[in-house]
Amino acid sequence: MTLAPFGRRLAEVTAVERLGAYTVIMVVDPHQPEPGQFYMLATETGWGGGAGERPYLPRAFSHARAADGKLQFLFEDVGPGTHRLAAVERGESLWLTGPLGSGFGPPQGRALLVGGGIGVAPLVALSDDVDGPVLLGFRTALHAEAASLFPEQPKLVTDDGSMGRRGLVTELLREELDEDADATVFACGPPAMLEAVRALCAERDVPAQLALESGMACGFGACFGCVVPTRAGYIRVCVDGPVVEAAALETALVPGTGH
Amino acid sequence: MRGFDLSGLVLNGSGTFDAIAARRTFGDELLEQFPFDVFVSKTITAEPRQGNPPPRLWETPGGLINSIGLPNKGLDGFLAADLPQLAELPVPLCVSVMGFTRDELAKLVAAVDQREEVAMFELNVSCPNVETGLIMGADPSETARVMERVRPLTDKPVIVKLTPNATNPAEVAVAAEGAGADAVSLVNTLKGMAFRPGTSEPWLGAGTGGVSGPAVRAIALQQVAAVSKRAEIPVIGMGGIASGAGAQDFLAAGAECVAVGTESFRDPAAGSRIRRELRGLRPKLEVTYLERGTRSG
Ligand SMILES: Cc1cc2nc3c(=O)[nH]c(=O)nc-3n(C[C@H](O)[C@H](O)[C@H](O)COP(=O)(O)OP(=O)(O)OC[C@H]3O[C@@H](n4cnc5c(N)ncnc54)[C@H](O)[C@@H]3O)c2cc1C
Ligand SMILES: Cc1cc2nc3c(=O)[nH]c(=O)nc-3n(C[C@H](O)[C@H](O)[C@H](O)COP(=O)(O)O)c2cc1C
Ligand code: FES
Repeated sequence: MTLAPFGRRLAEVTAVERLGAYTVIMVVDPHQPEPGQFYMLATETGWGGGAGERPYLPRAFSHARAADGKLQFLFEDVGPGTHRLAAVERGESLWLTGPLGSGFGPPQGRALLVGGGIGVAPLVALSDDVDGPVLLGFRTALHAEAASLFPEQPKLVTDDGSMGRRGLVTELLREELDEDADATVFACGPPAMLEAVRALCAERDVPAQLALESGMACGFGACFGCVVPTRAGYIRVCVDGPVVEAAALETALVPGTGH
Repeated sequence: MRGFDLSGLVLNGSGTFDAIAARRTFGDELLEQFPFDVFVSKTITAEPRQGNPPPRLWETPGGLINSIGLPNKGLDGFLAADLPQLAELPVPLCVSVMGFTRDELAKLVAAVDQREEVAMFELNVSCPNVETGLIMGADPSETARVMERVRPLTDKPVIVKLTPNATNPAEVAVAAEGAGADAVSLVNTLKGMAFRPGTSEPWLGAGTGGVSGPAVRAIALQQVAAVSKRAEIPVIGMGGIASGAGAQDFLAAGAECVAVGTESFRDPAAGSRIRRELRGLRPKLEVTYLERGTRSG
């Protein structure tokens, strides 16, 4: 786990690109994080007064890549915070705190990277360090353009069949495990996908590391707001995760949020 | 305050900074650049608590509603696991305590008082007394009885943390003072709620929560001014402070010092920034404050 410098700092945006349904931005930061760690981000100006007079708090994002003193983030515009971030321009600065939390551990056996939607972000970073098949699920071909961030062509499914096979990414995972189950699964994606991965890996007795999400206020353990239930009680996703062993969870579904 | 000078200090609001988790995240740089002049622990209770079911957070315009529910390791867990780590911080330690009966609170204070690492107490009285059903801190006589019970148990300074969800916080402050409190702090969070968008289902796992952040600052400021007018003991002002200028307003309202809560979520080093900004502003303030001269008016 890489420690974060204390406090927040300004990081200059050097590039903004649209990638299908997503936005990729690059910022200058010399600190090298580990795959699966994350940052709390806010824009330096214009953070507030958006839809519903929000955002107010910073938002959590995994880095999708870290190299040459630059961090790359991949965003999906789903609300006022990500909307403002998606509108950021080159030369603007972001407030950044991190790297935060603990990232992915090393694989036992071969690595299988399983991502859904915007959840591909930390897996891109992991694919720079770990070799293994990458299995991705997206809603549409437009979202699936994010697959181009990986060094090698991933196996793809989409919900509507507009790119790759039509279906769920857990079907790809099932086929891989049928072939060779001496593997560790690394997964990030929406709660329903993570739950399907968790259940499948439990059934096959395959270790899995899941990168979880949760509504966060601080990102460094200060507020106790980001908890999820585990077999051992509540844990704070920001400091006890975001990557957790699937075996620690009864379910990867997020209580009370409708996800 | 029993030989402890609070004037102009910046504290953290209880429950808004976990120095142990922060040290895991930021390493020893946290100790070198510690952002507060006094560290206030998260509120502890006699028995361990797991806290409220998630979701526990909801963002509002310029604020936050939380329904955390005071998760903590309980007295024994705190003394064994947390206190040794908090003792390594470079600033005095204030332990925030809450009891659901006066006996429970007395037990906590008596046990924690034995530890010399602890410089002072804060009594969080924003909970119902299970014997009377009254929110201890919403009622002047309940507050007085709590303080009277605790006072003989410790020579350390005792701060009573007032809830803004009281008809008249100044009456509660006067009652706490009369029963031996050394200072009062305010505001705790204001009651609030949110619905899952487009439904009639409450978003927060506990149904309701407490609002904090800039959204409550104007209300907090008025309450601090009202309490400062009536109480002789020092007042610790908080509620949405996000800058030195905001902190200065609380001093202008009569607070002896301030505490920073939710702003630390946006900026972990907010305490240091606010102290720095405040020091830049203070000489101007001292004049304004003396001119008013209405402290006991
Ligand atoms: C560790 C971590 C890494 C992440 N990495 C990325 C990333 O790389 N790229 C990316 O695009 N996103 C990422 N996210 C998600 C991102 O943080 C959210 O999309 C963002 O906070 C949304 O903010 P908003 O203002 O745009 O939308 P909001 O309106 O705040 O929220 C949008 C959605 O989040 C849900 N939500 C809102 N508040 C809460 C709450 N308190 N608890 C639970 N759910 C809530 C809502 O139901 C809604 O569906 C990550 C989240 C975490 C925790
Ligand atoms: C997430 C969260 C947890 C809190 N926990 C406690 C607590 O354990 N004990 C307490 O006395 N106050 C608690 N508070 C209240 C704060 O200490 C403070 O009184 C309040 O948030 C107002 O200040 P602010 O607007 O600067 O945050 C909590 C506040 C928040 C936001
Ligand atoms: S986000 Fe505040 S404790 Fe995790």
